[in-house]
Amino acid sequence: MLIPHPLLGPRDAGEFTYLGDARLLERPDGLGPDAPAAFHDYVYLRDNIAGVQRELWFHEQGDRSWLVVTRDTLTHEILKAELARDVVLARKEAGK
Amino acid sequence: MRFSGFRVFKEAVTGHKGWKPLWRNPEPKPAYDIVIVGGGGHGLATAYYLAKVFGQARVALLERGWLGSGNVGRNTTIIRSNYLLPGNQPFYEFSMTLWEGLEQDFNLNAMVSQRGILNLIHTDAQRDAYRRRGNAMILSGADAVLLNRDQVWAMAPFLNFDNARFPIKGGLLQPRAGTARHDGVAWGFARGADLAGVDIIQNCEVTGFRIEEGRVKGVETSRGYIGAGKVGVAVAGSSSRVMSKAGMRLPIESHGLQAFVTEGLKPTIPGVITFGAGHFYVSQSDKGGLVFGGDIETYKSYAQRGGLPVLEDVVEGGMALMPMIGRARLLRAWGGVADMSMDGSPIIDRTPVDGLYFNGGWSYGGFKATPASGYCFAHLLATDTPHETAKAMRLDRFERGYVIDEKGVGASPNLH
Ligand SMILES: Cc1cc2nc3c(=O)[nH]c(=O)nc-3n(C[C@H](O)[C@H](O)[C@H](O)COP(=O)(O)OP(=O)(O)OC[C@H]3O[C@@H](n4cnc5c(N)ncnc54)[C@H](O)[C@@H]3O)c2cc1C
Repeated sequence: MLIPHPLLGPRDAGEFTYLGDARLLERPDGLGPDAPAAFHDYVYLRDNIAGVQRELWFHEQGDRSWLVVTRDTLTHEILKAELARDVVLARKEAGK
Repeated sequence: MRFSGFRVFKEAVTGHKGWKPLWRNPEPKPAYDIVIVGGGGHGLATAYYLAKVFGQARVALLERGWLGSGNVGRNTTIIRSNYLLPGNQPFYEFSMTLWEGLEQDFNLNAMVSQRGILNLIHTDAQRDAYRRRGNAMILSGADAVLLNRDQVWAMAPFLNFDNARFPIKGGLLQPRAGTARHDGVAWGFARGADLAGVDIIQNCEVTGFRIEEGRVKGVETSRGYIGAGKVGVAVAGSSSRVMSKAGMRLPIESHGLQAFVTEGLKPTIPGVITFGAGHFYVSQSDKGGLVFGGDIETYKSYAQRGGLPVLEDVVEGGMALMPMIGRARLLRAWGGVADMSMDGSPIIDRTPVDGLYFNGGWSYGGFKATPASGYCFAHLLATDTPHETAKAMRLDRFERGYVIDEKGVGASPNLH
């Protein structure tokens, strides 16, 4: 599998470590009133989609950046790769 | 139709004209007391024990494809009860005792072969850990023997004992562990369930649940609606897909797991040998092929196939452990979808929907559990109480902080 790194071009998936669903970027508020339930959900529960999903890959053997990769879990086709940093900044800018 | 030596002889001299299909192919009825979803080993075993042990007369089992098309027909057939934690080990030992009587019980040769499993030791720390594990096994009623280097040598002289990084210093042996013919297990449970009155309905995909006021009423399927008093789901790699139809998110991620087999060779490997440090395990099938495997794919997948990096990693492990494997030719490689749970241990429990029960999270190791999983799930479905060996396998254990994490790696499904 080749991951189209936004800065480095196509890189072998073996250079990366896998974390999982990109929803992990949305860490709940640890001081919020519903924190225990929110963290149970965050740490343990997964959508585990069969189809296109966005997920976090870490370029451990490369430039050590986190990527958000859009990938089809039924075919292993990779549709898009973005810097996780850009994804989070864009979300903040949109006020979410 | 019962199998016996006499029957085989009689058919041999009368031209094999008396054999009949092993199970019926019935049309679904409008409703059943209990509907099991998934015709893998666990679903079939559940249906079998529901009818045979728990006296349930109106049971149906619905399978999307054909029986045994999932992981029950794709695994490396290892059966063992060498776990450490009290939430797991008594359950797996219960399963081992069921394996020991299984073929007589369902009257089919499943080629259960107790040829032993040997976990190799390379360091003092590993020996301590395995000594502790062996003691935990013995406490649960299982068998375990700690071997030194010479005893391992006597069993498997072909291993590379002096590998610079992982020299072999001993091993933990469970003599009662071994292998079983995976397809035979599926067929035996299917035939036994059918004989006991269960309707096994193939090519019948469950596409949704009818839930009214928090209670399940039946299932929507590709062959129409089927009413049900209770529904038990045992769909392994498809767990999240199916349970999402009841609005549930599970502590499970699906990952690919590969296995490999070589051409047939003369008998060479005495039992099952695992090289945990090198992510490799191997046994020899009765046909002579070396059956081996290693780690799961690191990334999520529903593709029922794996990638080359894992193949490379597995054969490197094989070459490091037993260099002679380099002379064998690889015949086939295949993959299945493993339902990796967040602590690597299974779930057999009720769900927040009344009448809906879930069995899954078997990760890469549910074949050995097949008889006990079926027995315990049937116990839960029939009596609404957990079997005593499956009490810890609760769905809400993550929320309560009672995870059963054999490997101690936390909520990382790809690392268990
Ligand atoms: C390569 C490989 C090697 C393995 N090696 C071992 C081993 O050596 N020892 C061991 O103990 N375990 C091993 N395992 C794990 C073991 O095979 C599984 O944990 C176990 O088989 C899972 O339970 P099952 O048999 O019920 O699953 P499956 O056989 O996968 O059954 C699930 C069934 O549900 C059906 N289904 C899915 N969705 C629906 C739907 N919507 N409606 C109706 N039916 C549906 C599927 O078609 C499938 O037939 C291995 C797994 C793999 C992939």
